[in-house]
Amino acid sequence: MAVKTNTRPQNLKMKKADLDLLARLCNAVSVSGDEQEVRDIVLEQVKPLADSVTVDALGNVLATKLGKGKNKVRVMIAAHMDEIGFMLIKDEGDGIFEFRVVGGIDERQLVGKSVWVGREHVPGIIGAKAIHMTTPEERKVALKVEQLRIDLGPDGSSKAKIGDRGTFATKLQVIGPSIRSKALDDRLGVFNLIQLLKTAPDNIDLLAAFTVQEEVGLRGAHVAAYTFDPQIGIALDSTPANDLPFYDTGEVNASYNTRLDGGPAIYLMDGATIGDRRLISWLTAVAEAEGIPWQYRQPGRGGTDAGSIHKTRSGVPSVSVSVPQRYLHSAAGLVRMDDCVNTLRLIQQALIRLDPKILNRQEK
Amino acid sequence: MSLDLIEHLKQMLSAPGLSGYEDPVREIIAEAWKPYTDEITVSNLGSLHGLAKGSAPEPRPRVMLAAHMDAIGLMVTGIDDGFLRFTQVGGVDPRILPGQMVIVHGRQDLPGMVVMPPAFALPPEAASGSVALPYLLVDTGLRAEEVAQKVRVGDVISFAQEPLELAGGTIAGHTLDNRVSVAAVTVCLEALSKRKHAWDVIAAATAQEEVGAIAAFTDPVAIRPDFAIVIDVTFAKGPGGSGWRDYELGKGITICWGANQHPWLFEEITRLADQLDIPYKKDLAPGMSGTDAYGIQVAESGIPVVELGIPLRYMHTPVEQVALKDIFRAGRLMAEFITELPIDFMSKVEWK
Repeated sequence: MAVKTNTRPQNLKMKKADLDLLARLCNAVSVSGDEQEVRDIVLEQVKPLADSVTVDALGNVLATKLGKGKNKVRVMIAAHMDEIGFMLIKDEGDGIFEFRVVGGIDERQLVGKSVWVGREHVPGIIGAKAIHMTTPEERKVALKVEQLRIDLGPDGSSKAKIGDRGTFATKLQVIGPSIRSKALDDRLGVFNLIQLLKTAPDNIDLLAAFTVQEEVGLRGAHVAAYTFDPQIGIALDSTPANDLPFYDTGEVNASYNTRLDGGPAIYLMDGATIGDRRLISWLTAVAEAEGIPWQYRQPGRGGTDAGSIHKTRSGVPSVSVSVPQRYLHSAAGLVRMDDCVNTLRLIQQALIRLDPKILNRQEK
Repeated sequence: MSLDLIEHLKQMLSAPGLSGYEDPVREIIAEAWKPYTDEITVSNLGSLHGLAKGSAPEPRPRVMLAAHMDAIGLMVTGIDDGFLRFTQVGGVDPRILPGQMVIVHGRQDLPGMVVMPPAFALPPEAASGSVALPYLLVDTGLRAEEVAQKVRVGDVISFAQEPLELAGGTIAGHTLDNRVSVAAVTVCLEALSKRKHAWDVIAAATAQEEVGAIAAFTDPVAIRPDFAIVIDVTFAKGPGGSGWRDYELGKGITICWGANQHPWLFEEITRLADQLDIPYKKDLAPGMSGTDAYGIQVAESGIPVVELGIPLRYMHTPVEQVALKDIFRAGRLMAEFITELPIDFMSKVEWK
């Protein structure tokens, strides 16, 4: 099938209150294993919206919004609260800490950045040797995390301790048609899942899982799906838009994964899940009917919480939908507001139109 | 008027002012120096000169204080499907660039970010290891049509890292090299404004140091100083330190010793620092200084130079770090030295 791309800008806007909530979520420090800061925001937001809210053994927030009547479909939607980051591993004194990365960070993204450490967001920096003291040969070799340090300043050893986690110190910023922030993977999913609890239709029981530890192996979703025992699983996440030009070759970039302005990215297959064909058809049909731009994420590697959900209990038909994002897992990613709004619209519309019959085996 | 050093620094550190494009920071410095000077001028190449008149009868001897104000950064070389290609202005290690926030000074200031294309979009020889500068891009978050309207080849790009106050009385950010030294000059001018000094003092926030100490060769011709005090940053101990030429952060300034610095002036100023208990280290420059001293020394028929250094970590990255204490120490030592200058100071120069 041809890849559908609709790159006509719609210039959709998000409300200020919504952007403020997204900024609070993104500016929080919530590295895999210590998701407390985002969990607090999620609990505050979902308690008034859901019929029941619990925090499970791993720290997932499980919120249930029940529908009405018979033939309700139990739909689990997962968005992960954790993000990639760092952990301090050695205090060398005078506020200098050795650290390691948590989750998949290209080490070339680390140097020359400011960071936040711990729940108090203590400011720090990751510096580099002065260029004056390097050789041209040396500058061709990428710096490894073992060579780098987080520097909190000479008095900094009193402000943090080994085991504390940190992130890049990037604040969310709206730039023209785009949003630039750290942790859009997956605070956009968290934000959208909060919105879905507000608009959940009566034909479903919405089982909202705000998961932990996605970035270190899809671990929270695994137990959340067991608890919820859903009929359908949907992971809301963010996926790379590698839609950058080739260097000086004139070649067309055919390995873009997704493109900005292309709309929500529906997964056919990634490294962890083969998307359920019935659910893919359901989503694409709704997008077409509603005139919502959409794209397939190019089949390839990677994984979302769907990778855990679909293997839970006796199996759960599952699919992933992502907001296309440039520069994931770096100091800041970049998304188009159009794509954010359209992703939420697609899921809202799809849930309204969810007929349990779609799970009948009828495709050819 | 008393000086709020942190506020003054933050203003300078938040202002653009790449080599050759110093106007925005120059205006901020001019504003800061105005209360402490009698006359402010701009040189042919864009340096800022502030004159604080001495008390001796004319013609008075003149001392020049030189601290460069220009910043390293990037310049747009091309636009490819809305992405910007760029080159460097001054010495930039390409390894610090991926994921770096910047401001593109187009038809309006545009927030941008340096990005590293995925490996498959690069030629095989460029795809692994550190990605060289020609292969990196800036993404402004705008669509290609809007970029075409707002950005042109030649637009300059500044680092956007906001100044940070870190633990232990340090400050971090971009372009602390060399705006901390400009701040030290401001500290000195403020002190001098309250005290009597025989000599004329000409403070110079120099232009284009990062591309070859350009104004250092030309400014002294306009200023005609009897001698000059250059103030620049030097290397601090810490991660990425280079060993023998590192000085502890916050434990004192440096006074530079090498071919570009006058040996008798070195002796005079170190003697005063000892008397005043201002901690300092001898900063060893076996070759050329790599600072404005290099230019000033050979201006006109030669100008004796003394050079102070402020230890700084992570030089030429957007997270340079300096201890505030050292800025005050440098400013104070200059002010004390200048107030004590006798009219016939230069006649005492000895070669021994």
